Amino acid sequence: MSGFIEVSAYVGVTISLVSYFFGMLLKKKLKLAIFNPLLISVVFTIAFLVVTDTSYTAYESGAGFLSWLLTPATISLAIPLYEQLELLKKYRKAIALGILTGVLTSLLCVLAICLLFGLSHTEYVTFLPKSVTSAIGMGISEELGGYVSITVAVIIITGILGNMMSPFILRTFHITEPIAKGIAIGTSSHAIGTAKAMEMGEVEGAFSSLSIVIAGLMTVVGANIFQSFI
Amino acid sequence: MKYLKQFSIILAISLAGEILNYLIPLRIPASIYGIVILFTLLSTHVISVDDVKEVGKFLIEIITVMFIPAVVKLMDFWDHLYGSIIAYSVIVVVSTVFVMVVSGWVTQLVVRKGNRR
Repeated sequence: MSGFIEVSAYVGVTISLVSYFFGMLLKKKLKLAIFNPLLISVVFTIAFLVVTDTSYTAYESGAGFLSWLLTPATISLAIPLYEQLELLKKYRKAIALGILTGVLTSLLCVLAICLLFGLSHTEYVTFLPKSVTSAIGMGISEELGGYVSITVAVIIITGILGNMMSPFILRTFHITEPIAKGIAIGTSSHAIGTAKAMEMGEVEGAFSSLSIVIAGLMTVVGANIFQSFI
Repeated sequence: MKYLKQFSIILAISLAGEILNYLIPLRIPASIYGIVILFTLLSTHVISVDDVKEVGKFLIEIITVMFIPAVVKLMDFWDHLYGSIIAYSVIVVVSTVFVMVVSGWVTQLVVRKGNRR
């Protein structure tokens, strides 16, 4: 069995995609962020590889082409950002300050906790981009020499947490302004959190989604400065 | 032809991004240069949204699937994760809450100040 899997380019991809769709179905039915299709797909794919005794290298030789389109897809994020240009101009001060302080908070939190637990430089740069969208965070981790797989997994978990906890956190800390709610969610938990912001309202959703790319861009600069601290 | 043209434009920008990443000695991913290039081209009307829209939206829609191989690689990191799981969990939970509260508060402050004027 593992011989065939290593020969066929489509086995790994098919398993990954079918379980991804299964995850989408689960999420639609149960409406809980914890049933994240990406996580479900990863769990099934790893289980399949372990059961059939297939190495990651063999899987990657087929499924690796999925990652090939990542750069063009990430670049396309400029399109939704451009479509929000009017909003961006009108609220530039609130957007710039809200997202910048959020990005700095994220970098400082990672720095402080890594110092506290005595983590290595590689672990530190793995976590620096943890709050931004996977497309940008993965690139930052790669450039800084982090464990890219851990970065992406942590980003997804951050998104799920933000999605699930945001109604409670925003209420507890009296963040009631729709623009503020959107920017808080988008800056802390990127696209996965934005799904929740869109449920809250149109304004929340729009500001959350424009925060995704801006927080990502600011984090590229910030992470480059912060990486020398540990 | 429409899709081919759109795809070619986006791929050409990807190439430009990789060239910049290669030439400029900063640790900035090629895709980030690409975002800035595409955003600049759109806002200076060198190209219009219609030149990239459909293919761009398609790529964004399927982007999540592209991360599957990277995360599956975690299977090779098992032992590593096992030892540091507590520190990792603290980072994730604490920073997510702090970032949400700080950026929300600051934005709310700026918005309300603006409204009073």
